[in-house]
Amino acid sequence: MPNTGSPSPDPSGQPACVEHVGAGLPRDQVGLPLWLLAELTYRCPLQCPYCSNPLDFAQQGKELSTEQWFKVMAEAREMGAAQIGFSGGEPLVRQDLAELIGEARRLGYYTNLITSGIGLTEQKIAAFKHAGLDHIQISFQASDEQVNNLLAGSKKAFAQKLEMARAVKAHGYPMVLNFVTHRHNIDKIDRIIELCIALEADFVELATCQFYGWAHLNRLGLLPTREQLERAERVTNEYRAKLKAEGHPCKLIFVTPDYYEERPKACMNGWGSLFLTITPDGTALPCHGARQLPVQFPNVRDHDLQHIWYDSFGFNRFRGFDWMPEPCRSCDEKEKDFGGCRCQAFMLTGDASKADPVCAKSPDHGIILKAREEAEHATLEIEQMTFRNERNAHVIARG
Amino acid sequence: MSLDRQQVPAWRPGYRFQYEPAQKGHVLLYPEGMIKLNESASLIGGLIDGQRSVAQIITDLEQQFPGVPEVADDIEQFMEVARAEHWITLA
Repeated sequence: MPNTGSPSPDPSGQPACVEHVGAGLPRDQVGLPLWLLAELTYRCPLQCPYCSNPLDFAQQGKELSTEQWFKVMAEAREMGAAQIGFSGGEPLVRQDLAELIGEARRLGYYTNLITSGIGLTEQKIAAFKHAGLDHIQISFQASDEQVNNLLAGSKKAFAQKLEMARAVKAHGYPMVLNFVTHRHNIDKIDRIIELCIALEADFVELATCQFYGWAHLNRLGLLPTREQLERAERVTNEYRAKLKAEGHPCKLIFVTPDYYEERPKACMNGWGSLFLTITPDGTALPCHGARQLPVQFPNVRDHDLQHIWYDSFGFNRFRGFDWMPEPCRSCDEKEKDFGGCRCQAFMLTGDASKADPVCAKSPDHGIILKAREEAEHATLEIEQMTFRNERNAHVIARG
Repeated sequence: MSLDRQQVPAWRPGYRFQYEPAQKGHVLLYPEGMIKLNESASLIGGLIDGQRSVAQIITDLEQQFPGVPEVADDIEQFMEVARAEHWITLA
């Protein structure tokens, strides 16, 4: 999945079952999997250095078939999933995408296509509409053609994206434009916002890069300085005020990098409480970054989703609060942020059950302070970053 | 902006009102998001079809709930919020 930092739906649904099963929490204490992220493939024509896909994506197993996806979608829908995101990699490379969209819509999902726009054509936009697609999100790398193309590792990416964004609106879809911001483009945020308004975006996600997968590898080239971030937020707020005064429907969503916070994010609204990701080979994850954790996760080829969501070891590993060590265990904010992000704790400390180092109460918070300090002096240029491609994936995975 | 009861509300393109069995309630779905509606909002939402005016929706629900004096107020309030949040358009 591209590094989107997407907002989650309101987790207000209450589960219906009250049966107590196996090792997990009682079912009435487990939220419904309202959000299904279907990562259809890791194949992608772009090579973004901030991609959140796993570093060893080139060595993952075989992709699920059309029928296997049908089964996954039906089971998740039955359990309450209302939103489905088709993502990747680049989902457009799946030849059966229109078929998958059609089935999802028939089941009652709100269907979202999350794409780079590369490989999209006006014909496909019309065919997806016919199949029942509700919404298309296009991700951009910058407002500037040269930076965009450099980051995407493609010479003509930007022009194609603009053309497709216009076509998406022309076909009557609502549109979310997603800009992953970082130290090389965040100073142009005013131009980014102007571009989105001109393209008639309904929502604009200005998502400061989060540091997972390839982005973690390239942190020095990506993390903005505090000054850059504060300026960007100020500019965004000025545009918000202006849009509101005009009664303009475009909504700006600003996602700050948690490296500049003193408390961690309530990652995924809590482990296994709302969000269900299925990876291209059928592995089920509580978030799209969890694959890197030293936790065994179930596969939809072996189990149904009832078992996976409620009973599997992987989905119960960090559910609730009993797994927490100090300082989280006795913290009066644990029900607000769930100790933060397990992937971040693992990447930065080597222990997935520790407090997210973003938290100022964490004994490992110094790692974050050091990263902020390094951002003040970093000189890594775009060309020097490690691009997400098969060659690098093989080299890194061999380590 | 005051509310003109002759105006006709319609869901904004890309917004979908539907019943969710697992949540035992109605929701409003939109790009990557969902709002769970309470009972009165669900009743009002169910009558938004791009045909009925606000006045007709008030009449419909007053007939359904005779003796409940706040029906019209509730509907007007819902329309104001829904318009401010850009869930609906009023034309």
